[in-house]
Amino acid sequence: MKILVCISCVPDTTSKISFIENDTIFDKNGVQFVINPNDEFGLTRAMWIKEKDNSSIDVINVGLQDTEPILRKTLAIGADKAIRINSDPKDSFQVAKLISDYVSKNNYDLIIAGRESIDFNGNMVPGIISELLGMNFITNCVGLDIIGNKITAKREIEGGTETLSFDLPAVIGGQKGLVEESDLKIPNMRGIMQARQKPLDVIEVNKNNLFTETIKFYKPEEKGEIKMIDSDNLDELINLLHNEAKVI
Amino acid sequence: MAVLAYIESNKSKPKKNSYEIISYGRGLADKLSTELIVLSFNIDSVEDLSNYGPDKILNIKNNDLSNFNIQKYADVIAQACNSLSIDIIIIGGSADSKYLAPSLSVKTNSSYVSNVVELPSSLEPFTLKRSTYSNKAFSDITIKNEKKLIGIYNNSFGIVEKKSNPELISIDIIIPDSTLTTDSVEHGSGDISIADADIVVSAGRGLKGPENWNIIEDLAKTLGAATACSKPVSDMGWRPHSEHVGQTGKPVATNLYIAIGISGAIQHLAGVSSSKVKVVINTDPEAPFFKAADYGIIGDAFDVVPKLNEKLKVFKAGNN
Ligand SMILES: Cc1cc2nc3c(=O)[nH]c(=O)nc-3n(C[C@H](O)[C@H](O)[C@H](O)COP(=O)(O)OP(=O)(O)OC[C@H]3O[C@@H](n4cnc5c(N)ncnc54)[C@H](O)[C@@H]3O)c2cc1C
Repeated sequence: MKILVCISCVPDTTSKISFIENDTIFDKNGVQFVINPNDEFGLTRAMWIKEKDNSSIDVINVGLQDTEPILRKTLAIGADKAIRINSDPKDSFQVAKLISDYVSKNNYDLIIAGRESIDFNGNMVPGIISELLGMNFITNCVGLDIIGNKITAKREIEGGTETLSFDLPAVIGGQKGLVEESDLKIPNMRGIMQARQKPLDVIEVNKNNLFTETIKFYKPEEKGEIKMIDSDNLDELINLLHNEAKVI
Repeated sequence: MAVLAYIESNKSKPKKNSYEIISYGRGLADKLSTELIVLSFNIDSVEDLSNYGPDKILNIKNNDLSNFNIQKYADVIAQACNSLSIDIIIIGGSADSKYLAPSLSVKTNSSYVSNVVELPSSLEPFTLKRSTYSNKAFSDITIKNEKKLIGIYNNSFGIVEKKSNPELISIDIIIPDSTLTTDSVEHGSGDISIADADIVVSAGRGLKGPENWNIIEDLAKTLGAATACSKPVSDMGWRPHSEHVGQTGKPVATNLYIAIGISGAIQHLAGVSSSKVKVVINTDPEAPFFKAADYGIIGDAFDVVPKLNEKLKVFKAGNN
């Protein structure tokens, strides 16, 4: 089976978020970039498939040259080949369209992306890819079984899960639950050495489909002062929640 | 040219966030001086929708749409948009709506912007404010496309009452076959889902072990709240994954979030910061959560939570 895992390169979850140039650009200064956590769960799940049936795993990223260390890391974890589409990712449709164009020229059986990136939080890329390519799709995926051409997958719904079955080719939006946190792999020395020899193809883009543009960022308003309540005076808390906050 | 607000139903009733979606649609249609059409599937009575100002209601009744299926739903909504000449679609932030929105945007050639928290601040260029960086920031985003799909962030815009006298309309639709089969739906043990709850009671590693969760569940029951937990709690299997909230879990945007024995790590706060009011109960006065909360109690959960629960029961009994 040929698997493609979409990789977004995002600020580490502990990053302080700040902006420069009149709040128009994210300040990368001092920020460490990582594989988007939702994508890493998907990559790990793809590795399990590979270990079982010798599938090939390609990873794809739409990004500029500074994402290459992250792509090398996915190769060190075990992907066979990386593809970087050389374009600044500014819009989910743009990213999804570039990936789907690549897929239509290089058939894949299974495409795994994260349900969302933790920086843009679009919740769009896997869904748009699936629709552009006419492939089956589920997102918020927390369970995946593949036998031959048939997939049985679970998706998280409000208050529970839903189990669906469908055929390959398909697009999956992954998240925690697809594999557990403890299943994630830290690349070992051998992996890191091998990754240096693995192909990392760069593809140039001649057309970007940009329909949206982020023009300004804001930090959330500072919280007002916290009101401390004595643990022996819980009636006061109830009073405040009822009369001041009006939430109970 | 018109605005269409798509709302979900549950057991033939509009879902709770429907009123917010319609309110947003009304606000937008007024700004654009156009009409608002509400689209729903299989709702028994559409009467209370008219409290929020729709001009028209299209409630499609069809057994083939009684269970959610992304392919059927996205296709039928797209058909409705096509036959009603819709330029802007409004959709909510539920799991199902976020699942189908990308497909719908492609089917209708619209540009989709998710996590929107306000009406557009400008129509030329069309500018929306959305939550980004896992709730650590907001951004203004402009859409150049004529056709737009606006996904609104739950509980961000609020409900605005505005009585109207909507016309009930119908259209011809064709329901496509689906290549996806739903085998089963499993509902968790909790009565209320985190997404639907007005109040969420959440607990962390400070609770020491799964056997102690009865005090959390009791408090949640008294408040009619959903239960949630921090990531390590679900990683250790003390609580199901579906309760994990935060940057890598579910987002929470409730009216009241009560955090018990949760330190307030940046990844946790990112996911819960859109909740309107936050209460923290923690033994450690230095816990970072105190900096992000509205009300705080320094105290031992095992002492405070049962006492609070008893007092709330009395309060609730007195208020009903
Ligand atoms: C990539 C990544 C993603 C992450 N995503 C998330 C996420 O989505 N959600 C999330 O929650 N975390 C996330 N985390 C983990 C996060 O960094 C913290 O480790 C986690 O939130 C801490 O959980 P906690 O507050 O339950 O535990 P702790 O940090 O151990 O805090 C326990 C708290 O309980 C208090 N306490 C102890 N005993 C009592 C008592 N008897 N009564 C009252 N209080 C008591 C302590 O004072 C302490 O403040 C992520 C981490 C990483 C690296």
